[in-house]
Amino acid sequence: MSGGPAIGPRAPGAIESVVDVGAEPEPKRRRSFGAPWAWALFLIGAAYFIVPLVATLEVSLRAKPAFAAYTNSFADARFFSSLFYSFVIGLITVVLSIALVVPTAYWVRLRVPRLRPVVEFVTLLPFVIPPVVLVFGLIRSYSRPPLPLTNTDFGSSALLVFAYVALSLPYMYRSVDAGLRAIDIRTLTEAAQSLGSGWVTIVVRVILPNLRVALLSGAFLSLAIVIGEFTIASYLARPAFGPYLQLLGANRAYEPAAVTLISFGLTWLAMIAISMLGRGSRSKISLAGAR
Amino acid sequence: MFLGAPLAFLAVGSLIHNETGSVTLENYGALSTPLVATAFRNSIEVSFVTALVGGIFGFGLAAAVILGRLPRILRTALMTFSGVASNFAGIPLALAFTYTLSTQGVLTLILKNAGVDIYGGDFTIFSKFGLELAYLYFQFPLMVLIIAPAIDGLKPEWREAAENMGASGSQYWRRVALPILTPTLLGSMILLFGNSFGAQATAYQLTAGQIPLVPLAIGNQISGDVLHNVGLGYAMAMGMVVIMAISIAAYTWLQRRSERWLR
Repeated sequence: MSGGPAIGPRAPGAIESVVDVGAEPEPKRRRSFGAPWAWALFLIGAAYFIVPLVATLEVSLRAKPAFAAYTNSFADARFFSSLFYSFVIGLITVVLSIALVVPTAYWVRLRVPRLRPVVEFVTLLPFVIPPVVLVFGLIRSYSRPPLPLTNTDFGSSALLVFAYVALSLPYMYRSVDAGLRAIDIRTLTEAAQSLGSGWVTIVVRVILPNLRVALLSGAFLSLAIVIGEFTIASYLARPAFGPYLQLLGANRAYEPAAVTLISFGLTWLAMIAISMLGRGSRSKISLAGAR
Repeated sequence: MFLGAPLAFLAVGSLIHNETGSVTLENYGALSTPLVATAFRNSIEVSFVTALVGGIFGFGLAAAVILGRLPRILRTALMTFSGVASNFAGIPLALAFTYTLSTQGVLTLILKNAGVDIYGGDFTIFSKFGLELAYLYFQFPLMVLIIAPAIDGLKPEWREAAENMGASGSQYWRRVALPILTPTLLGSMILLFGNSFGAQATAYQLTAGQIPLVPLAIGNQISGDVLHNVGLGYAMAMGMVVIMAISIAAYTWLQRRSERWLR
């Protein structure tokens, strides 16, 4: 549909003018300004979006002197350390998740298409298992021999990464699968094989570069989710951004408002990056996580 | 491995008695105790209400920008904003709503000055209703994102065909458009249901645990200081998995049905 009205006024045919006894009120006027009901709905929606943000902004500016909430936040070492920690965890998650998903999706598409529904179901599991359930399963499974991961800081962080890889699976798999659909992997593979390359070379040098856009959009989304995630990080007692924000909210007056807006801005940046990268695949960015 | 192992562990854990360590179904029996039942009822109610309201409103909003002949830029703005808002959840969202609608919230004060005291009745943002308001903030943008491609997929030809046969606008919607969209609509709402059913951080921050919800109750059972019963926590987790599994299965089924028309 290219901007033109889907249901717009059309040339009054003979039949139409007989049947249509003034049912549609002046379609001509609505064409240029939009239907009133559409405006009403849009304005309500816009208000719902904007009012909480404006309120947060207002609160964040209540601190004296002006912008103190922001300068205080930036001055707090833990703000940066927790953001940095979450960011690093997010990057590791993205790398691992790509390493896991791309060969799998590629192999399934090329060799065993029969298994696609199965793989799709597995990647949907993180939606089925709420984070709180996932994290308790993880803690219980890996807090004792043979894999006592929760005993050390490093082990806990590793566990956090694994949990996040699981969380990012649906987003990653969906974007990679959509990306694979868009390129002709069979021809590419055969071309590469006839030039004598092995499987690793094919995946790393042929498939990966072709999936750049899909991978980036999956990566940004995963990153946005990981940075805001609270439940898992909090139960694993990791110094991540989500728990920091929660602590701040409990102890300070204005700073949380500032940090809330900052984190909203980060999400916003990630989304803009995605929509600039992957036009036409907007619906792929829908399913959110880290509630 | 990192999904299967925890799940298997939960399934086994839910069958083991807390003190004796023997195999039992007692944990599942405990699901019917008032506290747990309330948590499940609250969770289901909140998820249902937000899925229904968010679904209908999101659908209306998407229809407004796509079919309402609004300036094209509004549509782009709405889609981008929906992408952001549907991912804006958890602690920041709860804080934003606290700033807006708590007793000293900005909107509360503005309305008070205008002569409307929303705290005159028994409204509070920390109640179930407040929670639903906050959840709607990520629910209806999600609905907009999911449903927009389906509305886009309504072919103008169908409308023209209907009108050629003498259908009015409302007849077209009732007899053609809505039946085509119904599987998608229901499927999306199920997704919204699951989406808010698993939400924890927002509720944790906003209500401070005053409203018993399943995810919060599980947290209390497994790591809380009082009412500590790990087996029950596992059983509740399994209950949650079952509900989510049913929603996903229903979603997949409806998705398959709706794909028939969306090509």
